[in-house]
Amino acid sequence: MALINCRDLVLGYEDGIVAENINFEVNAGDYLCIIGENGAGKSTLMKTLLHLIKPAGGTLEFGDGLKEYEIGYLPQQTPVQRDFPASVYEIVLSGNLSRIGKRFFFGKTEKERTAAAMEKLGITDLKKKCYRNLSGGQQQRVLLARALCAADKLILLDEPVSGLDPKATDALYSLIRQLHRDGMTVIMVSHDMHAALGDSDHILQIGEHSQLYFGRTEEYVKSKAYFKLGLNQRPRDTRQVYNPDYKGE
Amino acid sequence: MIDTLIHFLSYDFVRYALIVGVLISLCSSLLGVTLVLKRYSFIGDGLSHVAFGAMAVATLFSGVEKTYIIMPVTIIAAVLLLRAGQNAKVKGDAAIAMLSVGALALGYIIMNVFSTSANVSGDVCTTLFGSTSLLTLKADDVIMTAVFSLIVLVLFIIFYHRIFAVTFDESFAKATGIKVSAYQTLIAVIIAIVIVIGMDLVGSLLISALVIFPALSAMSVIKSFKGVVVFSAVLAVTCAVIGMFISILAKTPVGATIVATDIAAFIICSVAGRIKK
Repeated sequence: MALINCRDLVLGYEDGIVAENINFEVNAGDYLCIIGENGAGKSTLMKTLLHLIKPAGGTLEFGDGLKEYEIGYLPQQTPVQRDFPASVYEIVLSGNLSRIGKRFFFGKTEKERTAAAMEKLGITDLKKKCYRNLSGGQQQRVLLARALCAADKLILLDEPVSGLDPKATDALYSLIRQLHRDGMTVIMVSHDMHAALGDSDHILQIGEHSQLYFGRTEEYVKSKAYFKLGLNQRPRDTRQVYNPDYKGE
Repeated sequence: MIDTLIHFLSYDFVRYALIVGVLISLCSSLLGVTLVLKRYSFIGDGLSHVAFGAMAVATLFSGVEKTYIIMPVTIIAAVLLLRAGQNAKVKGDAAIAMLSVGALALGYIIMNVFSTSANVSGDVCTTLFGSTSLLTLKADDVIMTAVFSLIVLVLFIIFYHRIFAVTFDESFAKATGIKVSAYQTLIAVIIAIVIVIGMDLVGSLLISALVIFPALSAMSVIKSFKGVVVFSAVLAVTCAVIGMFISILAKTPVGATIVATDIAAFIICSVAGRIKK
């Protein structure tokens, strides 16, 4: 049984449908990239997966031991966070909240999880540092460590490299690859076609109010949906995706 | 000078005022951190004006304890304001401005037209800027403040981790199954309680200073959330005590003097924060 199974899923809010006919599944160990233009429904899909909004139709099933609210979510940063006075440890620790149920305080297990997550992402030495004084890449690692505290099986990353410089971007991608190799299932929403094609093993493309493609990444580069993007002539130049007017150097 | 203070401390009403002042500044500073970080400071301000309006209305019902009217009105306004502020940023702002100015104006009219007191402008002044003397506090007031403060304190401590999560990152908190809107409502209710109990001491115009200043001071020097909360609480209590002593010695209005002490502390902290960088 798959971790996540979507059949004829309709995405939307009370006042309208964003996209429909979404069909895909995520199995343990997958690395799925969700791509699509702005407004195509990527973030609505993400919110639906996180149970923040209800599906407007169709079915969304969790299986294989994955429970509701057990997805490790890496959201995009908000302006409030950038100058937030909190230590790295406090933020990572807060990822354990879903585990303490009705208890008010964290116990030994949660603290050990926090330490393990920080160790895994190489931020143990930043433990007492203030979040607002960290670099963009370090901040993302802190939030990723928090996501690991919340999740055992699956992490969901929302544009994880937006705002990072190329070096930090590469470092974060390789960290995500490492987590994936260690057995974590990864879903990443991304604009970055290059990384999507290079790292993922499955692609889900949504646009024009429906699903344009779902399948293995190596099949995707031969698909109509990929051809339509116009990237096949220039597969390495991802700048076209960001900026349709970009004509190359 | 010490003798004067000891002499004053032998009076019940001075001791009452000190207890009330410490409790109120403690509660308001705890909440201030969340309020400032979440950019909700304006709600405190808006609410205090609503509380002024409610106070004016409450004076019409001379038989009823005023708090029974002011408290529910302010709590309801707090919940509504927080909702409005979330739904549409700009509109929410305007709604709060409208509500607070409206409450001030209507409150003033009511106090002028219906007041039975001989000194209306004195009453208005007291409501806006707090008691000019500490004489007015009774044992009942102290007990009521203590009870509400205890409620605020307990709520804050047991929900500390959840309040942190909601303050830092609403979307993540929601994704881990926390009922974010319930906690926002809780925060709004606590703000309303703090404002109402603080009104007697520093007045409705100045209460938001007690909420904002200690938090801002702490944020400029401390690096962790827990540290900020603890430091702002300690700072607020210290400022309250110092402010009250100054007010006794220099015969200045209590509320305004406490706020002035908070401002001084803020200046010191921000300079210290700059130097440390």
